[in-house]
Amino acid sequence: MNIDFTLLIPEFVLAGVGLLVLAVDMVLPRDHARRNIALAGVAAAGLLAALLWGIFDLRSANEAVHNGIYFVDRFALVFKVILIGSGIGVIGMSVDYVGSRMEHQGEYYALIVFSVLGAVMMAAAGELLTAYIALELLSFSLYALVALARRDARSPEASTKYILLGAISSAVLLYGIGIIYGATGTTVFREMSETLPTLLSPTVVVGVVMLLGGIAFKLAVVPFHLWTPDVYEGAPTPITAHLSVLSKAAMVALALRFFAEGLVFTFNSWQLALAILATVTMVVGTLVALVQTNVKRLLAYSSIAQVGFVMVGLAAIVDVPAEAGNTAAANAVVLHVAGYAFTNLAAFMVVMLVEMHTGREDMDGYNGLASRAPLLGMAMTASVFSLAGLPIFAGFVTKFYLFTAAADAEMLWLVIVATLASLVSLYYYLQIVRRMYIGKPEGGALLISNLGRGTLLILFAGTVAVGVFPVPFLDAIEAGVSVLRPFFATAG
Amino acid sequence: MDYADRHVLESLIYLPMIAVVVLLLIPGRHREVVRYVGVTTGLLLLVGSVYVFWSFDPNSEALYQLQRTYSWLPQLGIDLRLGVDGIGALMVLLTGIVSATAAIIALTVDREPKPYYILLYLLITGVYGTFVSTDLFFLFFFYELAVVPMYLLIGVWGSSSTFPTFSRTKEYGAMKLTLMLVAGSVLVWIAIIAIYVTAGLDTFDIAALKDAATDGALSGTFQRIFFPLVMVGFGVLAGLWPFHTWSPDGHVAAPTSVSMLHAGVLMKLGAFGIIRVGLTLMPSGAEDWALLLFILATANVIYGAMSAMAQTDLKYVVGYSSVSHMGYVLMGIATLETLGLSGASLQMFSHGVMTALFFLVVGAIYERAHTRDTMVLNGLASRMGLATAFFVIAGLTSLGLPGLSGFVSELLVFIGAFRTQPILGVLGVIGAAITAVYILRLIARVFFGERSREWNQLPDLSRKESLAAAMLVVPILLVGIYPLPFLRVLDNAVAALVAPFGGA
Repeated sequence: MNIDFTLLIPEFVLAGVGLLVLAVDMVLPRDHARRNIALAGVAAAGLLAALLWGIFDLRSANEAVHNGIYFVDRFALVFKVILIGSGIGVIGMSVDYVGSRMEHQGEYYALIVFSVLGAVMMAAAGELLTAYIALELLSFSLYALVALARRDARSPEASTKYILLGAISSAVLLYGIGIIYGATGTTVFREMSETLPTLLSPTVVVGVVMLLGGIAFKLAVVPFHLWTPDVYEGAPTPITAHLSVLSKAAMVALALRFFAEGLVFTFNSWQLALAILATVTMVVGTLVALVQTNVKRLLAYSSIAQVGFVMVGLAAIVDVPAEAGNTAAANAVVLHVAGYAFTNLAAFMVVMLVEMHTGREDMDGYNGLASRAPLLGMAMTASVFSLAGLPIFAGFVTKFYLFTAAADAEMLWLVIVATLASLVSLYYYLQIVRRMYIGKPEGGALLISNLGRGTLLILFAGTVAVGVFPVPFLDAIEAGVSVLRPFFATAG
Repeated sequence: MDYADRHVLESLIYLPMIAVVVLLLIPGRHREVVRYVGVTTGLLLLVGSVYVFWSFDPNSEALYQLQRTYSWLPQLGIDLRLGVDGIGALMVLLTGIVSATAAIIALTVDREPKPYYILLYLLITGVYGTFVSTDLFFLFFFYELAVVPMYLLIGVWGSSSTFPTFSRTKEYGAMKLTLMLVAGSVLVWIAIIAIYVTAGLDTFDIAALKDAATDGALSGTFQRIFFPLVMVGFGVLAGLWPFHTWSPDGHVAAPTSVSMLHAGVLMKLGAFGIIRVGLTLMPSGAEDWALLLFILATANVIYGAMSAMAQTDLKYVVGYSSVSHMGYVLMGIATLETLGLSGASLQMFSHGVMTALFFLVVGAIYERAHTRDTMVLNGLASRMGLATAFFVIAGLTSLGLPGLSGFVSELLVFIGAFRTQPILGVLGVIGAAITAVYILRLIARVFFGERSREWNQLPDLSRKESLAAAMLVVPILLVGIYPLPFLRVLDNAVAALVAPFGGA
């Protein structure tokens, strides 16, 4: 079997850049004036190089490496763009934060690069063990990143919680993989899709359920969400942003590929379970967010609710009456993730800047923010309106698409739950907007660096762009999703 | 003129959006530049709107005119489809008049004019977009867009009111308004998705969906289930009783130019939505639920008028009178009959300009006297002659004096109502009588009679305010004296609407 390793250049670049950042960190003197910016620059440039190579390597149309174990295809490419792009965004927003309050700057940027590498590999894995290893690379990087704010006692506590619960979920996941391997004799998605339907014994069901549980843990689907608020609150804020976008997007990619290629012929059996999880997740995420007073925790619960919307799409990717793949739902899921990436990064960036300049994370710290820093007010308003699903922002179009796809799969009841959840969520998002615009400012103007302004403006522009011109994004996503065979081969 | 015909509708959407971007780029300290851009945009929009109305050909067979289509999201069958029928053309004209006057009145906003105008034009974009979209998705897109900026416009620039026993803060008004309107739009959202999926055409084109509905793709049962969602969902914004409660609180808390736009134009979006989505796509559902709508609309008229009579705050009086007058619009819709629907459309226009005029004058009085209490204000006529004149015109329009626009539209609604539900029609006429009582009583107390000394120094309307008010009086007189051109525009649209109900 010949493996063309040149197909994997972006992954090699990512791994190399991670090490390079560590090397630069060792070489540069501790008190070098531009140390932080140099480290960030190397990391960002490396990510960008890997991304551009991936985009311009035209062979990335549908090449399977090593018998379907690892894919270099358009689907992986779409997620490469989302994942690496969000990594660059996180580095852009981190620079000022890291410069002012982090001791381990080299490790910080290197771990971000490694986590992106893990995420990219998850999106490309076509086999359970590869996926598992990629997931662990992502998770371990994140465990360490969460603990990096050593001056804040909440940070190591959050990391410990994350590690313990993460380890349990990994164990469950591995157990599930073991059961499925024992039953089907394979861990490759495409191969198991052939044998699974004939083997739908209680054992295999337990295995698949364990696997879904592992996925649900990473996605923070209720009732596997209990770690989310504490970890989101305790982690350094740019890492909270990273967590909320990167690990979720990567897991969505893995889930889509696994559902489409592995569970394809038995999907009907899981659909109702997914729909119920979606309902519970939306309801719990939305209702618990109502009573939060810490903005980081509020956004943590709101991101749980957002995952509920993603689950609506995942539940809808099989068209039950037609027994065919519902490409619209898969497209909608990916589009939602893309819009969510811009939106959530922008929201957490505002939270980070407020925390940096005022030390406040509670709602009242946002009083009068719009007059102290108009850009922050505008970006935050755009983000929360996007999360609530209002036009002209990304959330409106992506939710509309998701809900239409779900209704198409004869799940109008799920659409009703989801729209009601959106309505309730508007209330607590408006609480933030109210404080920013109507509250009395306490303190003077916030001075934000040009890099910070630029990053925030790009994220804001992305939120609006997905909302107003979704077609270019959707065209790319459609091309990516369409390579997930055989699931969508039968779709009309 | 071909070029203008092709692009005028989209320019009504792009122009306010461009204004938003331009305003974003102007530094906030250049207040005069901001105001200049704000007013110029308003006047340009007025020109464009008059052009749309003027170039709409009532003799043409085409239902939707000035049509344009731009591909937007082919995967879902969403295109930016623009076009106006007669009702849309009339509403575009209304929006132009009210936007321009509101932009002029917004000159008096002292606190941060830049974000104010930005939000105002976002709202206006949404309003125009809803009236000119013939694509269900974009209708909903722009409808939601019109609701979004309201929260900040009221919350930041609004005013709280205190009464002896309770108070209503602007935050309360803003939050109530936003949540109730979005709750309504959630119902609409569900209905739109259900229509799209059930019709199974993979398009949001209203004309195509209507053909499908006529061919039976939307079954009678489907329509019976989903028409109420559209009726209530859009009805919330139209002030449908008992979902009207956001309206007085919201209007009172809002700054003057926003009240003008909101009561003048935004509430019409709700009624327009019921017509465009409910009546057009689900006629048999409309038939099933017409009686309920009729009853609720009658409650609107009576309840709104009675409440207005009990108020001692000028803005609350006007706010409840809006609820009452929107009742006539809904009543006209519920007749499902030619004259009733023409009357409803004309009443939308008439009430729009009239209530904008009301809010303009009331806002001006409040700004000068710092109170809106009808027990305290008195004898303003001798100090504020122009304000009095304009308020009296608006008042006489609202009680339906012949020669003014309200008479024509309400008469049509009443004829339609007597043909379909005579008993409820009688109640509607009683509502008009109650209106006469509270309006005349109000005018007598606030503007005439003895003047307290504290009002001796009140200045009259400024030149800009008078100009804006005069711009609103012109259409009131035009419709009142020579309504034919306004009614003729409606003919084809109304005929198409009543066709499924057996014509007549």
